[in-house]
Amino acid sequence: MAETATRSKPAGSGSKGRRGGTRSGGSRGQQSQGKTAPRAESPETLRDYFRQMSLIRRFEERAAQGYTQAKVGGYCHLNLGEEATVVGLMSALRRSDYLFTNYREHGYAIAKGIEPGKVMAELYGRTTGTSKGLGGSMHMFDTEVGLLGGYGIVGGQIPLATGAALAIDYRGGDEVVMCQMGDGTTNIGAFHESMNIAALWNLPVVFVVINNYLGMGTTVEMSSAESELYKRAVAYRMHGERVDGNDVVAVQEAAGRLVEHARKTGEPAMLEAVSHRMKGHSVVDPAKYRNSEDAEAAREADPVAAFREQLISADVLDEDGAAEIERAVQADVDAAVAFADDSPHPDPATLFDYTYATPVANDSRRLPADPVF
Amino acid sequence: MAVITYRQALHDTLREEMLSDENVFLIGEEIGVFEGSYKITAGLLEEFGEKRVRDTPIAEEGFVGAAVGAAMLGLRPVVELMTINFSLLALDQIVNHAAKIYGMFGGQSNAPMVLRTPGGGGQQLGATHSQNIELYYAFVPGLKVVAPSTPADARALLKASLADNDPVLFLENLALYNTKGEVPDDMPPAEIGKAGVTRTGSDITIIGYSRMATVATQVADQLGEEGISAEVIDLRSLRPLDRETLVESVRKTGCAVIAEDDWLTYGIGAEIAASISDGAFDYLDAPVRRVAAAEVPLPYAKPLERAALPSAESLNAAVRQTLDAVGHRR
Ligand SMILES: Cc1ncc(C[n+]2csc(CCOP(=O)(O)OP(=O)(O)O)c2C)c(N)n1
Ligand SMILES: [Mg+2]
Repeated sequence: MAETATRSKPAGSGSKGRRGGTRSGGSRGQQSQGKTAPRAESPETLRDYFRQMSLIRRFEERAAQGYTQAKVGGYCHLNLGEEATVVGLMSALRRSDYLFTNYREHGYAIAKGIEPGKVMAELYGRTTGTSKGLGGSMHMFDTEVGLLGGYGIVGGQIPLATGAALAIDYRGGDEVVMCQMGDGTTNIGAFHESMNIAALWNLPVVFVVINNYLGMGTTVEMSSAESELYKRAVAYRMHGERVDGNDVVAVQEAAGRLVEHARKTGEPAMLEAVSHRMKGHSVVDPAKYRNSEDAEAAREADPVAAFREQLISADVLDEDGAAEIERAVQADVDAAVAFADDSPHPDPATLFDYTYATPVANDSRRLPADPVF
Repeated sequence: MAVITYRQALHDTLREEMLSDENVFLIGEEIGVFEGSYKITAGLLEEFGEKRVRDTPIAEEGFVGAAVGAAMLGLRPVVELMTINFSLLALDQIVNHAAKIYGMFGGQSNAPMVLRTPGGGGQQLGATHSQNIELYYAFVPGLKVVAPSTPADARALLKASLADNDPVLFLENLALYNTKGEVPDDMPPAEIGKAGVTRTGSDITIIGYSRMATVATQVADQLGEEGISAEVIDLRSLRPLDRETLVESVRKTGCAVIAEDDWLTYGIGAEIAASISDGAFDYLDAPVRRVAAAEVPLPYAKPLERAALPSAESLNAAVRQTLDAVGHRR
């Protein structure tokens, strides 16, 4: 059951605060899933969740590999360990709903509906990528599926998402905006300014905080005076709640409820999904700062393995069926890598194509060694 | 043709644009109930309602960013930042977001918005409320920066900024709001990226923008009475910068003085001087001079403030010294 903090009730009444207080809580890493099939979902839906989670897992592993092969450059942050959260959240959105994320967004891009090949091609910096190779890992974008950007500046997406919700409200549309961010991001000014504005103006935006307990090497307790992050919503008289981010069905249920509420009433909400970052902050980070207990918990919590087991023991899937899905996503990822690898690099002659949307007199098109006159 | 103030030109143009496009809305601190810190938006809340004239909390990063997000979905927000000093609180949303939306995502989205904000000292507002930091924005590809100096330019450039599909920082100036000028009724939009030659002359080129462009025309007129023929260029657009126009003028006159309200070191004038060296080196008969603000946190006390800011007197003196260096006979 999700823990909630609402406008009317004081926050925290009855909250178990799984991540609250100290870091070494014994419940860390436990699954809330039992041996029965998850509620309310059809077997096909559950199998598709498993397929998407497996796809993201394989995709991210290949992205890391691409990085070590120097096919992928820059920073590369992975969704490993967060697959249940990603798939649950994206399943709560319509295609016409908008999504703003941070830089850890490959999985979101895929689950929102972008072809894995386009996502991989962006990592490879190719013209066929989600942002034509101009964005890279942190800056995926696709208007077709409503992904309005991954953003590399911590918190930068939050005012933008709030403004997108303002535009929806302005026009009387029925879309909803989801704004994803990390736990560390709830300490930045843009978060608080935007929460206030969204609540003040009643804007249809759901702020989702992925609490993987770490912002780079900094824990929630090191950085947040209120470590039960969903309670921060109360300061803005906004509904806030926490959900087990390792439980794809619970995430889908909670996010779906808040998204539909926002659609109906225009009211914003905040959802905290408690999850794990399985590896380092980015692919180059060996995460030496993590103690072994914590790293072990993250491994144990592996939501993909747990969901597989759960579906098999609930007879939603058998071993062969699971293996078949895994083979299929492996093929999808192979195809994505091949697509990316075969795609063209941008031509340097296109360097100035996207500086301005409206062409303008005297726009500089000078290369470094070109004379000004 | 009517003679109106710079303030009135802004107000009337905003109102017209709001009437003609319902996607245009105003957003900022104190623009509605309070009618604007400098009363540019007076009466607009009453006429258009809260949806079109949106008072915000004191949260520059939050509301500027919200305007960027709304622009990404096709609205055309006009943001009022009370003064350019407070734009620093929104620097991340302007520089890291508004300026990057079009290029970073490969042209899939854009942020058609206008950020109106006044700069300028001389009102005894002290160090934090008197700055001219338009350079911070003029430095950034992806932004456009315009700086009208007259009521007519205010109108023509505001129209152009609103028609533009990129984020435009629209620099106003506290000292210009009450200045008057002729504004033709059927003025076409200006062309962003073009400077204007506001006085033609052959002896010396004076280059300015915003308030100092008006000071430059005053000085040129004073000099004209003594038979000195000064050409005045009003940059109007700081990004893009119209180097052609100013270089062409300096090739004709052989010398130049730049008048700027910002600080000299690394300032807008430094870029202009470099451009003149790039394009008119062989034509120069004297070093390019810059008249700029003294490099101090601007003091409150009037005599100190006055001493720190460029003026018609200081510009006049620099022009005469340059003409002396050239050997101009008066
Ligand atoms: C404004 C800003 N400051 C610092 C950084 C460097 N940085 C990148 S990610 C990060 C940690 C963010 O942690 P969190 O919000 O928990 O997200 P997670 O990486 O866990 O998904 C930091 C400090 C940045 N990108 N932007
Ligand atoms: Mg985190």
